[in-house]
Amino acid sequence: MTTLTPILSKNWDRPDSFTLAAYREDGGYQALRTALGMEPDAIVDLVKASGLRGRGGAGFPTGMKWGFLPKDNPNPRYLVVNADESEPGTCKDMPLLLANPHALVEGIAIASYAIKSRNAFVYVRGEVLHVIRRLRHAVAEAYEAGLLGTDILGSGFDLDVVVHSGAGAYICGEETALLDSLEGYRGQPRLKPPFPAVAGLYASPTVVNNVESIASVPSIVANGADWFTSMGTEKSAGFGFFSLSGHVTRPGQYEAPLGVTLRELLDMAGGVRNGHRLKFWTPGGSSTPIFTDAHLDTPLDFESVGAAGSMLGTRALQIFDETTSVVRAVRGWIEFYAHESCGKCTPCREGNFWMAQVLRRIEAGKGTEEDVAKLLDICDNLLGRSFCALGDGATSPVTSAIKYFREEFIAGTHTPAWELFPYQRTTRWSSESVEEDA
Amino acid sequence: MSTPETPKASEERAARTSVFTGEALARLEVDAKDIISRYPKERSALLPLLHLVQSEEGYVSVDGIAFCADQLGITTAEVTAVATFYTMYKRRPVGDYHVGVCTNTLCAVMGGDEIFSSLKEHLGVGNDETTEDGKVTLEHLECNAACDFAPVVMVNWEFFDDQTPESARRLVDDLRLGNDVTPTRGANSVCTWKQASRVLAGIDDGRATEGVQASGPSLAGLELARQRGWQAPDPADLPAAAPATEDGAK
Ligand SMILES: Cc1cc2nc3c(=O)[nH]c(=O)nc-3n(C[C@H](O)[C@H](O)[C@H](O)COP(=O)(O)O)c2cc1C
Ligand code: SF4
Ligand code: FES
Repeated sequence: MTTLTPILSKNWDRPDSFTLAAYREDGGYQALRTALGMEPDAIVDLVKASGLRGRGGAGFPTGMKWGFLPKDNPNPRYLVVNADESEPGTCKDMPLLLANPHALVEGIAIASYAIKSRNAFVYVRGEVLHVIRRLRHAVAEAYEAGLLGTDILGSGFDLDVVVHSGAGAYICGEETALLDSLEGYRGQPRLKPPFPAVAGLYASPTVVNNVESIASVPSIVANGADWFTSMGTEKSAGFGFFSLSGHVTRPGQYEAPLGVTLRELLDMAGGVRNGHRLKFWTPGGSSTPIFTDAHLDTPLDFESVGAAGSMLGTRALQIFDETTSVVRAVRGWIEFYAHESCGKCTPCREGNFWMAQVLRRIEAGKGTEEDVAKLLDICDNLLGRSFCALGDGATSPVTSAIKYFREEFIAGTHTPAWELFPYQRTTRWSSESVEEDA
Repeated sequence: MSTPETPKASEERAARTSVFTGEALARLEVDAKDIISRYPKERSALLPLLHLVQSEEGYVSVDGIAFCADQLGITTAEVTAVATFYTMYKRRPVGDYHVGVCTNTLCAVMGGDEIFSSLKEHLGVGNDETTEDGKVTLEHLECNAACDFAPVVMVNWEFFDDQTPESARRLVDDLRLGNDVTPTRGANSVCTWKQASRVLAGIDDGRATEGVQASGPSLAGLELARQRGWQAPDPADLPAAAPATEDGAK
């Protein structure tokens, strides 16, 4: 049986958890002191040995990414933390920053020292006012305590950290679009290569990492690579947040070793909401193909989820029960992609626009015989032909939903989804009435 | 490290008369200077500067765009191209309170669609429209990273979690009557749209320590772990595992 492993969340139940004093009482910033006594390359090696993989969705090995910075480039190096958290379903970084921002600040200091960066930026989505206040406050506290700024803890290491607010664009979570946005331009993805490691912020060597990736680093420095690999699976080491939302009794953040299953997590969360059963779910946000009740025992690690036809993504487990129309769900997501497409390439800009139209028609029971084929055809044109992963991701909900629930799309040629699945039955407040009916 | 002004930019500057004049201009120039100084390259300050001009007028006006262009020595066309790309910059005045209802799939299914249509009817406005008293601007939002609290409403980008149509109607009534409302995870009260924009520009309002550290769903896993005595492994007492290798990470 897998059990929970609160690490980044272990102090969240103390009311002052976000303060420097509270973080230090729990041992905070000792890892920074340890790190500053090590050779920078030794920290990179330690993170490599831990097997930590990016927590922002793609799962790229963090230590390896740090090791890619060219040794001979004379430009300054930058660390950029991706706190754009906008992938539908993803809701882990914001509560982390609200409750425990110093875990990120300490991680930034260690990571910057390891990659020899003197300037770090945190790009936070703009629509989270209090999260931004908390993070800026933590950074200010750290400066005041000599944990950031010049000659940190007497080590001779200098670091400046800037908290930068975005302005509402999902695409700015894509790392190269983020860099353009941080440089003061429209957030549109760049052609890769060159990768950010070689030509990132201001065309200088840059590491872009997710909030949770960087916040996990202090625990690795404090407890060692063996401690980290004692959790998780061989190729998906360590722990992470599993964010349960939707039709579940106790939605929320569950910090667990990678490889935990949805069955185990649902068990901990009190199961699917009263009287209902699981219909479909996303393992890692709306850009990861949906799963059904056939995948309850799939270990939630990068390899197993991939082998089962989806992606671990951000571990954003959005749970939908049998009252939910899959057509409605997919239409909502595709309207999102159509809205958020940056417009740079035709397959994504046009494809999502057309898919949204077709899906609205199917939802209204006015679909045509050819519509399912049309959707699959558009996905064919999008997948692998779009400039960035937003376009690829948009095909995930469509093709997977058609794979598991084709009959619901066919039913959209004659019956509106809201007749097949009355929408008032899915709401949070409808659970009482279902109980009464039963 | 000032970027030289292009001839076109200085020409444009000469041709304009801005509402950003006198005392207001002097004050904003001090803010702008402070913001610009944080970045290795000036242009990086453009997004914060757009938040700054929005904090002055409640939206990004032609004059606001000109102010940004002046501060950075770039053309108004360059600033406009950026301002129009991002949904948080508004091209028309926003009310004192921007009320955003998440209607991305998860929230929509949990009731966000009903909340949004209920508020439209209750306020008599459509998406992206402001009530006649200038108090409330209604907009539907994409996922706001609070799905475990669905359905979610944001007021001036503060969280109002776990809403129902009734609670959301009460919320906007209170906002219009000038009654204090308290975010579920945020400051003790909601500041105005302009004040919020100032924080987004990077200017502190001293309210970071207000409000809860975490609540409800954020604590679900931790509380269960406490009940059951579950903890992360003790680094001093690890099971004899296979030693980690570098290619274990691939
Ligand atoms: C459309 C799109 C949106 C993304 N949004 C985010 C995001 O909000 N946060 C994030 O950390 N990564 C996001 N990513 C992934 C980043 O491009 C990048 O892989 C990640 O920040 C790297 O950090 P990691 O290796 O620590 O995961 C997004 C990618 C795409 C294609
Ligand atoms: S795939 Fe979409 S978001 Fe990505 S570059 Fe093309 S248009 Fe922009
Ligand atoms: S879907 Fe509404 S907050 Fe995520």
